[in-house]
Amino acid sequence: MRILVCVKRVPLTGGKMVLTADEQALETRHLGFTISPHEECGVEEAVRLVEEHGGEVTVLTLGPAEAEEQIRDSLANGGDRGVHLVTDGEEWDPQATAAAIVETVQAEESAGGGFDLIVFGNESADSGNYQVGIRVAYALGRPIATGLKGLSVADDRARCEQEVPGGRDIYELPLPALVSVLEGINLPRYPSVPAKLRARSKPVEQRNPERPAARLEKLRLVVPPGQGKQAEILGNGPDAAPAVVEMMREIGVAG
Amino acid sequence: MSVLVLVEPGEELSLQAISLARDLGGPLHALAFDASELGAYGVETVHVAEHGQLSSYAPGAWAACLEQLIDRVQPSAVVAAGTNRGNEVLAHLAARRDLPFAANCTAVGSDGTVTRVRWGGSLLEEARINSDLKVLSVAPHMVEATTVNGAAANVERFEPELGEEIVRVVEHAETPSAGISLAEAKVVVSGGRGVGSADGFGMLEELAGLLNAAVGCSRVVTMAGWRPHTDQVGQTGTKVAPDLYIACGISGATQHIAGCKGAKKILAINSDSEAPILASADYAVIGDLAEIVPAITAELRKAQAS
Ligand SMILES: Cc1cc2nc3c(=O)[nH]c(=O)nc-3n(C[C@H](O)[C@H](O)[C@H](O)COP(=O)(O)OP(=O)(O)OC[C@H]3O[C@@H](n4cnc5c(N)ncnc54)[C@H](O)[C@@H]3O)c2cc1C
Ligand SMILES: Nc1ncnc2c1ncn2[C@@H]1O[C@H](COP(=O)(O)O)[C@@H](O)[C@H]1O
Repeated sequence: MRILVCVKRVPLTGGKMVLTADEQALETRHLGFTISPHEECGVEEAVRLVEEHGGEVTVLTLGPAEAEEQIRDSLANGGDRGVHLVTDGEEWDPQATAAAIVETVQAEESAGGGFDLIVFGNESADSGNYQVGIRVAYALGRPIATGLKGLSVADDRARCEQEVPGGRDIYELPLPALVSVLEGINLPRYPSVPAKLRARSKPVEQRNPERPAARLEKLRLVVPPGQGKQAEILGNGPDAAPAVVEMMREIGVAG
Repeated sequence: MSVLVLVEPGEELSLQAISLARDLGGPLHALAFDASELGAYGVETVHVAEHGQLSSYAPGAWAACLEQLIDRVQPSAVVAAGTNRGNEVLAHLAARRDLPFAANCTAVGSDGTVTRVRWGGSLLEEARINSDLKVLSVAPHMVEATTVNGAAANVERFEPELGEEIVRVVEHAETPSAGISLAEAKVVVSGGRGVGSADGFGMLEELAGLLNAAVGCSRVVTMAGWRPHTDQVGQTGTKVAPDLYIACGISGATQHIAGCKGAKKILAINSDSEAPILASADYAVIGDLAEIVPAITAELRKAQAS
């Protein structure tokens, strides 16, 4: 199977959201970067399918030069090669992102053969647009099932499982298809040191798409109220237990 | 101009979506799949779609119903709840019509601007939707479902033109529910890296038993394999809204708080008096949770016995 996984570089924010002065982005000077847990599980799912059926996993990201780090991380977790759509660091809106991915898929497929499966996160960690995968599916004329907690492939069909209240909903898609996955579909592996070293020499191809005008246009970011409460200290150590139970009584949860 | 709202069968969150849709102005039309009574929420006309292809959920079929109503009622906006299905169907619609789509909005302005949530609710964005027909979903539990003094809605049944949909629910597997559900529990006892091991959760379970509580955890815990992902609270886990959330050995990363800030009260038990969780918690006990949690359990047992 040839599988493509789409991942997005995002800052690893800690206990607080801090904005840049122009309110256009998070202040990331002191932060590390990562990808969404959903996408981590997407990489793992693709790698497992290829371990089972044979084939190759390509990891794609659209992001600044530094986003090569997220491709290399995904290659250390079992991806075979990367495609980096290099941007100037400005955020792309979901329509533009999808269009750039579609163009790349078409170029990749005419050069190296079709992708049986294209894997997305259910939503990106930072902007949460819930749509890039669906847009790519329509542009390619292929089916997509979203929010999956289970996936298996047999006889050119993908069996897709969604968790819903009280059980699971099942979809069956003919390949080639697209899917978006949720964290919990698997438990991703930790990369070994040799795997990290190997990832450094795996091929990463670069492309330079043009950013069109945003149709979902970010005006500014706002930190919601509620950050910066001051907890009432009920005590230190086990001696605080009576005060805790008293508080539970007051709010009516002491049983 | 009118506004068209997607109303999912039996979905409370759709009523919140209708309430926000009223802010857009103009008569409200709803697409529904059963004749729900929506007049009290300000809906003028409920269009009930009836077709064999609608017997099981297919996002493309729902989007096609919306498209046909768009052509008929010419709305200025299409709105749905920011549920899994609401967001999915609107993304299908937006892709079919090549329109922008703003997911999980909390407010709308008259000038085509919206406020929407990012990072699972830890950050807000003000954005402009650059299109004549606005497509947007409403973030769950950020807008109250309110009624107005409306007359009963007109109910118009219609049969949309639908083709075969490949993407549809072909099977539903029931899973027996086990214990108190995390999302609905009145009290959640949650553990993070500070619990130290899978076995460490024993003392949290004991406390939870006395409180009729569900046990939750942080992502560090699920990644370590100490608890299943179904117990994870946060942006990429479950969102909880209990009366009391007890965070034991959890630092308070924004992605964790995104899942528990709906709690009425948060109690943090943490050895670090500077931990970020203290800025989201109402109460805190400072110290080693391995001593504090059993002490609370013992104290509670005493109190419950007397
Ligand atoms: C896109 C994205 C999505 C994410 N989604 C989620 C999510 O859904 N849920 C989630 O939880 N995380 C999520 N994370 C991860 C999140 O950023 C944090 O890494 C995680 O929440 C930290 O878990 P923790 O608090 O258990 O561990 P740590 O941050 O390591 O904190 C451990 C805490 O325990 C305290 N402690 C240690 N020992 C003791 C002791 N003996 N007694 C008392 N206190 C003690 C320490 O002082 C510290 O505050 C996500 C991250 C990203 C980037
Ligand atoms: N910049 C990007 N580069 C690569 N993939 C992306 C990018 N943005 C979004 N995606 C993919 O699309 C999914 C859904 O994103 P979104 O529609 O923004 O919520 C993500 O989980 C990724 O798999």
